[in-house]
Amino acid sequence: MLMLKCPNCGVTAEETEFAPGGEAHLTRYSSGSEDQAFTDYLFARKNPRGVHFERWRHAFGCGKWFHAARCTATLEVFGTYTAQTSTPPDDIIAAIKAKRPEWEGFK
Amino acid sequence: MSNAVSILNGASSNGAVKITEAGLRGMITLRGDLSSTALKDAVKSVVGLTPPSERKVKSGKGGGVAWMSSDELLLLVDYDKADATVAKLSKALAGEHHMVVNVSDARAVFLIEGQGAREVLAKGAPVDLSPEAFGAGDLRRSRIGQLAAAFWMTEDESFELVCFRSVGAFMFDWLSNAAREGSLPEFL
Repeated sequence: MLMLKCPNCGVTAEETEFAPGGEAHLTRYSSGSEDQAFTDYLFARKNPRGVHFERWRHAFGCGKWFHAARCTATLEVFGTYTAQTSTPPDDIIAAIKAKRPEWEGFK
Repeated sequence: MSNAVSILNGASSNGAVKITEAGLRGMITLRGDLSSTALKDAVKSVVGLTPPSERKVKSGKGGGVAWMSSDELLLLVDYDKADATVAKLSKALAGEHHMVVNVSDARAVFLIEGQGAREVLAKGAPVDLSPEAFGAGDLRRSRIGQLAAAFWMTEDESFELVCFRSVGAFMFDWLSNAAREGSLPEFL
């Protein structure tokens, strides 16, 4: 069971209070883009074993979206941060680096 | 005018903990920038209270105000006064980015009273309800079983709970069952 801290309302709650929103920081390709880019945006996901950035919504709480960085193998949560960003903030990157020195970095 | 009734018309159950459907309550959803002076003043002018801090509820003679999220408040007033309060708020907030709606008939309110009220809610909500973690004036939006709900604690160690009216009857059954005589832990 994941325990996530919602950065919008400050509540630390268990997974059942949240709704998962899939991989975070996707670039949205739409009409006018290359077919391959559009296909990859729709269907291709990283699905890594290890550090993963995700979108979550505090569905039963404040109802707001946020981002979480966690490890898919151990369920360790490195941190949660605002949804109003297209890349993970520096403190989250630093927290991951501290615990996973071998991690190759974001993207 | 039609005769307004609440979902269970004030039904109550007397188990180990008393569960009561609170009857008609005026509830107003107010969304906007909670840090704006205009919004704070408008709230103060209708319920006599300033907006509470994060995850808190305030109540007074003129009603109550509950923090629902970083841009949402729930104002608690008399049922008869809800429409007039909405009109007053709309006027006070004209020009501000906001939304104000009377949701009285879309919600159900329950009172959970008596020793063991914490235990009843803790059966259904993934929330730390121990006295150290949750006290009077604290509010939490979470779930009871599978139902979305917001609840807060009043001064006398009892709880008030708000959920959607459409699930009000099920909520009452759920709470009554959770509060059944002999179903609470022995250590109370």
